[in-house]
Parts: sequence; C-alpha cells; structure tokens
Amino acid sequence: MKLFSKERPEIPIVNHLKEDGSEWTIKEKLWLGLSISDYKKQFFRNPVNWLMIFIFAIGVPLILGRYAFGLGWVTHSSNDYPWGLFLGFGLFGMVPLSASGFMLGTTVELFGRKDFHAIERLALLNGLLGYFFAVLFLEIDLGMPWRLPYPMFVSLGPAAVLFLVAWHVATYLSVQVAEVLPAFFEWIGWLKGKRIIRKYVLGLTVAGIILSTLHQGALGALFTYAPAKVHPLWLSVNFQWIHFFVSSIFGGLSMVIVASTLIINFMRWRCDDEFKDNLDYITIGLAKGASYAMITYLIIKIVAVAHDQEWSYLLTGWGSYYMLELGVAVVLPMFMFAFGIRNNWVTLIRFGAFIAAVGIIWNRLNTSLVCYNWQMYQEIPHWKEVWITVTIYALYFLTYRFIVYRLPIVYGWQGEK
Amino acid sequence: MKKLFNRRNFLKGGLATTAAAAVLKNSDSEASGNFEGYPDGMGVLVDLTRCVGCRSCEAACNKEQELPEPAKPFTDFSVFDEIHHGQKRRTDETAYTVVNRYDVPELDHPLFRKFQCNHCNEPACLTSCFVNAYTKTPEGAVIYNEKVCVGCRTCMIACPFYVPTFKYSKAFTPSIMKCVFCYDTRLKDGKAPACVEACPQEALTFGKRNDCVEMGRQRIRQTPGKYVDHIYGEHEVGGTAWMYLSSVSFDKVGFDTHVPNEPIINSVKDFLAMVPMVLTIWPGLFVGFHLLATRKDKVIEMEKAKELAKQKENDEKEEQV
Repeated sequence: MKLFSKERPEIPIVNHLKEDGSEWTIKEKLWLGLSISDYKKQFFRNPVNWLMIFIFAIGVPLILGRYAFGLGWVTHSSNDYPWGLFLGFGLFGMVPLSASGFMLGTTVELFGRKDFHAIERLALLNGLLGYFFAVLFLEIDLGMPWRLPYPMFVSLGPAAVLFLVAWHVATYLSVQVAEVLPAFFEWIGWLKGKRIIRKYVLGLTVAGIILSTLHQGALGALFTYAPAKVHPLWLSVNFQWIHFFVSSIFGGLSMVIVASTLIINFMRWRCDDEFKDNLDYITIGLAKGASYAMITYLIIKIVAVAHDQEWSYLLTGWGSYYMLELGVAVVLPMFMFAFGIRNNWVTLIRFGAFIAAVGIIWNRLNTSLVCYNWQMYQEIPHWKEVWITVTIYALYFLTYRFIVYRLPIVYGWQGEK
Repeated sequence: MKKLFNRRNFLKGGLATTAAAAVLKNSDSEASGNFEGYPDGMGVLVDLTRCVGCRSCEAACNKEQELPEPAKPFTDFSVFDEIHHGQKRRTDETAYTVVNRYDVPELDHPLFRKFQCNHCNEPACLTSCFVNAYTKTPEGAVIYNEKVCVGCRTCMIACPFYVPTFKYSKAFTPSIMKCVFCYDTRLKDGKAPACVEACPQEALTFGKRNDCVEMGRQRIRQTPGKYVDHIYGEHEVGGTAWMYLSSVSFDKVGFDTHVPNEPIINSVKDFLAMVPMVLTIWPGLFVGFHLLATRKDKVIEMEKAKELAKQKENDEKEEQV
C-alpha cells in the first residue's frame, strides 16, 4: 500500500470524490481504490500476511474442532484450572488494554482537552475492538456459547459478580459501537447519523466511565471468589477491584501508544498531518497520564500487602516473582516514561508503553493461571489452546488493520463533515 | 451561538444514565447477611477413623447416578496409588465421589478420606453463578440446573473444595458434574444418599445437620484422645452439610485447612457494596467535572456574544444618527 500511495495521487481515499469529480462507490472504498489484482499484489507482498495465513491455516481447523468435539479436544480439560488462556489472556488481558476508549473519550469530550483530539478515534476503536474480541474469546471458552444471552434474559443471577461483568460489557460494547459509528458514517457519507450521535456524546462518555469503572473492577473482584486459591500477594480481597481498575488505566493508555506507534511506522500513508504532527506531543501527554496511574497503582499494591500483613511472603520465591513483576511491568516503564517526558524522548516512551502493555497481560496471567492454585501444580496450557488464542488475536489484528486502512481513524475525512 | 452544553442535552444524557443505572440496579443486591443453613437441613458425619477404603460408596454412587463404568473396577485398590500432577485422585465427570488413602507417619495404619460435594450452607458455587443454576434446597442439598448453565465455570473457580467438574468431553451437551446428595432419587423423600447406605463400616452417618454436629461433639467427648478436637465443616466456609471427624490433624488427610471460616461470598461483598456508589455518584461527579473543565470556553464565548451584541447596538445607533 505504501508503494501504491506514492505512485497514485488519488489514494489513499480521504474524500467521497475522485480526481475527476465522480464519486467513489462503497465497493471501491472497500478495495482502497485499487483494482482487485492490485489489491492482491499489495496483500501478498506483505510478509505479515503470510504469517497470518500460516496461523489461520492451523488455527481455523482447531477452532472448528473445538466446536465439533468439545473443549476437551483443545485444552487439558482441567477441573483444577477451569479458566485457561482463553479467559486469562483473552478476557482478563484484553479488557484492561481496551480501557483506552473511555480514557480518551473522557479526556477529550468530558474535560475538553481538544489537543488530544487526533488520537481520540484510535483510542475509541482500540477499546471497541478489544472488548469485541474479549467477547469472542469468551465464546470460544464458554461450554455452551449459544447461551450467551442467558444471564440477560433467561435466568438471572443478579448477586453474582459475573452478572455485572456480563451486563456491563454488553452495554459498554454498545456504547463503544455508538462512539465509533461517526467515523463510519463519515466514510459512507450519512451525516445525519453522525449528528444524532453527536447529541448524546456526553451521555455516552459518562456511561462509559461508569461501566468501565465497574467492570474493570469486577474482573478483579471475580478472583475474590477464590480467596484460598490465588496466592495472597496477587489477591487482596479488599483492594482487588481497585488494583484491576487502576492498572487498566495505564494499560489502556499504553496500548494506545503501542497502536499509534505501529500505525505511524507501518501505515504512514494513512495518517494525515494532524495525526503525524501531534503524535509526539500526544504520546508524551498519554505517558504523563499513565505515570500518575502507575504510581497510584504501586501505592495501592503496597497498601494491600500492608493491610493483609503479607510482608513475610515477600521473602519467599513467590515474593521475588511478585517483585519481579512489579519491577519489570510497572516500575521500569514508569521510569522510562518519566525520563522520556523530561527529555522529550518519545522513542523511550514508546518502548516503555510496550513493556507496560505486555506487563498488564503478564499480571492478569499471573493472577488467573500462574499464581492460581499456587499450592498445587502448575498448569501448562495445551498447544492447541495456545494456537487458538494466537489465531483469535491474529483475527483481532487483521480487523484492526482493516478498519484503520479504511475509516477516518487516524486521518480526518475531507468530504463534508 | 453554539451552546457547549445545553439543558436539553444534559437532561437527555442524564436520563440515559439513570435508565442504565435503573436497569443495572439489580446487580447490586447483596447476598443476605449470615445464613446458618436451613434448620431442618440434612447432613452427613464422616468418621475417618472408621473408613477402611473399601470403595463401596464409590460403586454405589456410580450406580445411583448412572455414571459411566470406570476403567478399573471398584474392587481394584491400586487406584489409591494413582498420582496426577502430584495430586491424589479427584472427582471428575465420571465420578462424583472418590476415596483416597493417606499414609500418616504417626499411625500404624493408613487413613481413608471420602471426597464429594460438601453441600455448604452458603455455597460459593451458588453465589458466584450468574444464571442461578444452583439451588440450596431446604433438605440441605446443593443441586444444579443444567438447563440454564452457560458453562462459564466460575463455580469451579469459586468452590473452595474443588468440587464442581466440567464435562469437557461433550461439545453440545457439556454440563457441570457434581454430587447432588442424591436429591432427586432419595433425599427428597427423606432417604439417605446411596453412598451412606452402602457403607459397611458406618463411617458415614446421615441425619439432620444439627444432630450430626451434636453427634460429632459427643464422639470427641466420649473417646478422649481418639479424635482431634475439631469437626471439619462445622464452621468452614460458613458451615457445610457434610462434616468430618479425624484422628490426625486435617491437613494430613487432604483437607484444606486454610479455607476461611466465613462464607466465600463475604470476601466479595466489599466490591458488591461499591457498585451502587459508583452507579449513583459517578454521573453527577463527572458531569460536574465537565462543567468545570469547559467553563473557561463558555465564559469566552459569552463575552464574544456580548461584544457582538454591543457592536450591533452601536452600528444601529450610528445608522440612526
């Protein structure tokens, strides 16, 4: 795509009209203004796509097999570790990294920080896709995926934390769809829809904050059902929901930095000047926000250890692992952010953000798998389970790229607004 | 003049969030205070000193619950030596109860421990289930409704005893598999579960839970030195219908002695109590932040509008002159 956009002035499409004044059709927009043979050419030239094909070639049959032969065919069918990678990575890991939507929505719409406008849509999209794919992971993991709406409409167990998660993720997913729709409406040229949503943007944003606070926290609170199973250092009955909520703030912000870094490096042709010129400034701003969340998180983590009198655990092997996690996943990126902000060193911030995002996933995997049943044995996921997880993540990547290629996410639509 | 924030939109937004809050309000109903079990709930007292590891209970359970025939027959005692992941045998989708052997150094004979659902007074599986698939019946059983189960397996996470198991082998009809106290076939009619009836050693005693506690205390009192002074399950996780007497400390015979004495739901209540606060306080708080954060823009706009009006007035005056 990089090559084509250099050769041909009319692409990338940023307007309803072609050079000669006629309109792009939706189909042409979908093919990025290329002929099908050109599209194929650019698709197969990209080595990332070959990797994707390889992942899907094995992953898709595995997923079909999971639905045909049951979960037992792709996992170790553990009764001791009922939740594996699908939830440990897919739900508990993807959801905090998707906190970006509500964070940037709040910054721009609620606090009126228009200087972050250039990244708002990317953050919203990042949030929407993260949630959507978390639900997809859930659909792989649920024993009876066709019963997904049961907790909403068929048989309600309202006192359960998971009930809250189900309702909130479902409502928040709709809120996020509404928040990303304006970009789609601009692209297809239906401005009325955009105006309608514009009217409700404050309500949507506030709803986003409420729902995010509650279900990010609720994901943590799910583990308070297992006070005797999760290692005490990773489980604080009183503070678990705050830990999960606060860490999702810097997780989400870091994930936007990671996504924007990938986009500006590998999809530069798609970015407009507003995005390109402001990204360094925005990245520094996001890092500042993330740093505040990180120091808050560190303090509450220490408060939790003090509150539960767990100092002695810190001297054990588990304690070293705990401090390694906090050191590498939180303290290190925090210092990288601080140094980067001070010296305007954006590259350092970007590396820090990558570490912090991976660190969040590490923390969630620790809570749900590594330090779960810490007095028992360690469950190592089945290779098929790993492969399916990678496949769904690859699908996430492809969807993400597909949308950013087309919709006005990192560029402003130049047709009528 | 474009209003940054007009009353109509504000009301609309407010209404939407209130409606959302009203819908979600259900989610904050807390579990009741301290539930100590149904007064006439039944229970079983398991006396480890009487069990000889004959596995009759396992066989009876298998037959009663129509579970698949195991690979090794119930008369095969080599199963006691089976170790998976460093663990002794556990229940799974083919067995609701298992007996394990424990060699305790201070005794000249091994002890056997029967393992099945303990049927808690305030079951964690029940309180964690978001589709209400579990019921604690007044008779004391914790039963499961596979018709509404989604297969999320949170109950398996929540159960402090690792009791619920999942039928991983089935793609279209998976379900949770666990001991149901023979509720449908026996307990409902006041009969003892199949395993109790099959026990040749009277290691299992069926009766009202309150009577079982009493009986346990009596045995401890009447034969000093025979038992450790503790009935496992009397207070663990808020009390269980199945309770145990042992001659050695319980951690030596496979019991988790670290489970809290309160029901599991109590450790979740901190979070549940926070939910209505967020639902009610956040909307006002954040709309307030919005008003504060954007007030400068508004002041500037109002001044601009005033200036415009003044200018207009001046223009009009000049025209008149």
